[in-house]
Amino acid sequence: MEVTNGLNLKDTELRLGLPGAQEEQQLEVSCVRSNNKRKNNDSTEESAPPPAKTQIVGWPPVRSNRKNNNNKNVSYVKVSMDGAPYLRKIDLKMYKNYPELLKALENMFKFTVGEYSEREGYQGSGFVPTYEDKDGDWMLVGDVPWDMFSSSCQKLRIMKGSEAPTAL
Amino acid sequence: MNYFPDEVIEHVFDFVTSHKDRNAISLVCKSWYKIERYSRQKVFIGNCYAINPERLLRRFPCLKSLTLKGKPHFADFNLVPHEWGGFVLPWIEALARSRVGLEELRLKRMVVTDESLELLSRSFVNFKSLVLVSCEGFTTDGLASIAANCRHLRDLDLQENEIDDHRGQWLSCFPDTCTTLVTLNFACLEGETNLVALERLVARSPNLKSLKLNRAVPLDALARLMVCAPQIVDLGVGSYENDPDSESYMKLKAAIKKCTSLRSLSGFLEAAPHCLSAFHPICHNLTSLNLSYAAEIHGSHLIKLIQHCKKLQRLWILDSIGDKGLEVVASTCKDLQELRVFPSDLLGGGNTAVTEEGLVAISAGCPKLHSILYFCQQMTNAALVTVAKNCPNFIRFRLCILEPNKPDHVTSQPLDEGFGAIVKACKSLRRLSLSGLLTDQVFLYIGMYANQLEMLSIAFAGDTDKGMLYVLNGCKKMKKLEIRDSPFGDTALLADVSKYETMRSLWMSSCEVTLSGCKRLAQKAPWLNVEIINENDNNRMEENGHEGRQKVDKLYLYRTVVGTRMDAPPFVWIL
Repeated sequence: MEVTNGLNLKDTELRLGLPGAQEEQQLEVSCVRSNNKRKNNDSTEESAPPPAKTQIVGWPPVRSNRKNNNNKNVSYVKVSMDGAPYLRKIDLKMYKNYPELLKALENMFKFTVGEYSEREGYQGSGFVPTYEDKDGDWMLVGDVPWDMFSSSCQKLRIMKGSEAPTAL
Repeated sequence: MNYFPDEVIEHVFDFVTSHKDRNAISLVCKSWYKIERYSRQKVFIGNCYAINPERLLRRFPCLKSLTLKGKPHFADFNLVPHEWGGFVLPWIEALARSRVGLEELRLKRMVVTDESLELLSRSFVNFKSLVLVSCEGFTTDGLASIAANCRHLRDLDLQENEIDDHRGQWLSCFPDTCTTLVTLNFACLEGETNLVALERLVARSPNLKSLKLNRAVPLDALARLMVCAPQIVDLGVGSYENDPDSESYMKLKAAIKKCTSLRSLSGFLEAAPHCLSAFHPICHNLTSLNLSYAAEIHGSHLIKLIQHCKKLQRLWILDSIGDKGLEVVASTCKDLQELRVFPSDLLGGGNTAVTEEGLVAISAGCPKLHSILYFCQQMTNAALVTVAKNCPNFIRFRLCILEPNKPDHVTSQPLDEGFGAIVKACKSLRRLSLSGLLTDQVFLYIGMYANQLEMLSIAFAGDTDKGMLYVLNGCKKMKKLEIRDSPFGDTALLADVSKYETMRSLWMSSCEVTLSGCKRLAQKAPWLNVEIINENDNNRMEENGHEGRQKVDKLYLYRTVVGTRMDAPPFVWIL
């Protein structure tokens, strides 16, 4: 631990990474430098990573329907769970397949989803993950290929126990 | 003055169609004013609060076509609260009461309700054409009234509106007897579409020239529609995802080949890029291509498509095309007149962006270019100087460097010289948008050279009041000035109050103007509406003892002949 003039600078240092994580600073910097997204190789760039882009209202001057249309990098959908007092939001683009998504939902709401089968749906836990698609219909999570699901899912709802029908 | 009877003069006036010219004619003498006003059929009102419907109807009783604009331009970027104003209902009510023979209504940035659409549809027997651009406040129920009641409907053109889609049956409200449609554009609707009703409607509309579908119209439906409408000139494709071997795709390819009148293509809201080749056979006829909503079309598929479009005059594209793609455009589209490059990745990280190189390539390859909107990551003075040399014919030049205050990325200088070169070379420049690091110097150039400039958009630019003064003093034809986040204050605002009588409007947000400055302006100019928009602060301004010096967040002022408007919401103060 570096102590300079009695001050423990490392403690108050601003850095990326979870609190408690040691070393890393060199690694973080090289991550940023070799990031393909940064085109300019200006040497004026300091060793600190660039600040997150602050959101300025109405900038860039693009109509909101264009912003929504082109924002393919994130896909936030609301998630509700029967009985939970408030909704959550997750970014579907963070997940590559159903197991990853279901695991994230299980962690978020502290429940377990049952065994999925094409015929029976989810069995065993009383929790059934459903979603609203682009046509406004409520569907069972898992029936269609992942890509089709992630592009048509508008909302998620985790139905509980008695409210979840045994056959959809 | 009159050597001819009135009827002859009126007949001559029939050939004069532009609003500017007709306005000029009406000022020649009393007799011409009278003849002109009775014969005027099309009226354009750039600011719905500059005049009221009663005075409009008194002057132009034979009105058939009305264009109205409501909210200021920056409303497009969420800088104006929804309830600010721009309500069309009072206009429609007044027109309905007067029994004028309205046939066309074009609205931009206005609040339209289902009630007003219902009233519109029932009040004018010969109503033919409804064009709504960037409007809001209505649902598909309103569209159902228009469909059901307008017997001679020719155009229903909905461009980028916020419409509450009730997923109802508005399309099936067109009666079977309706066969007069020429334009049907519902691309901005988000909900599902009754495909059967749509196909029947298209099949019974032999005059249909422009059809723009929403994303709920899939590829197989598109194929059937195109078979029904081979005469189509302007097509907006909805959803374009499919397996290229399927029967629908084959049908589509065959149908497209028959559309020999097709000149304009847009949409592809969801797209399977490898299916674009179906359109290659008609690309050589295209004069307009809008792929700015087609986020999934880029790379080689996009390039291949563009290489077929040798006659393109208008191209709207996303910046995922890249500089290399723009070079292909420059070498292929020699007739290009208008280019818009929109940003695709708004979260930053921009490796798909375009730079000054793409802009220079376009300017070098496309000599007929006169309008450009270009979003980019970086720019240099040298590039802008080259562009000015290559294209001295710009009418509209809008450059948006995504990062505010960004200097020339090679020299780190402000971009004053680059924009200066543009205004100096482009003597016909009517519209200009600035960005990047800019000092008062750029405004000196604009005031000196931009003699024809009518609209100027400024953001994060300038150093002192001098900047704004250069513009107000120099640009004699200025109509609309909109400024945000720039250090201009009361001195500039109050220097020449009479200037605002020659302009349509001035917008200033997050600048240095104070409440007392605005109050003084309102006092000096009673023919102006000086509006302060205070969404967050409500009554803070009044209570504060130093109210005079408090900065105004949003100022919008405009000339008017009908005084203070009565429909302003509580957070809008009219001084």
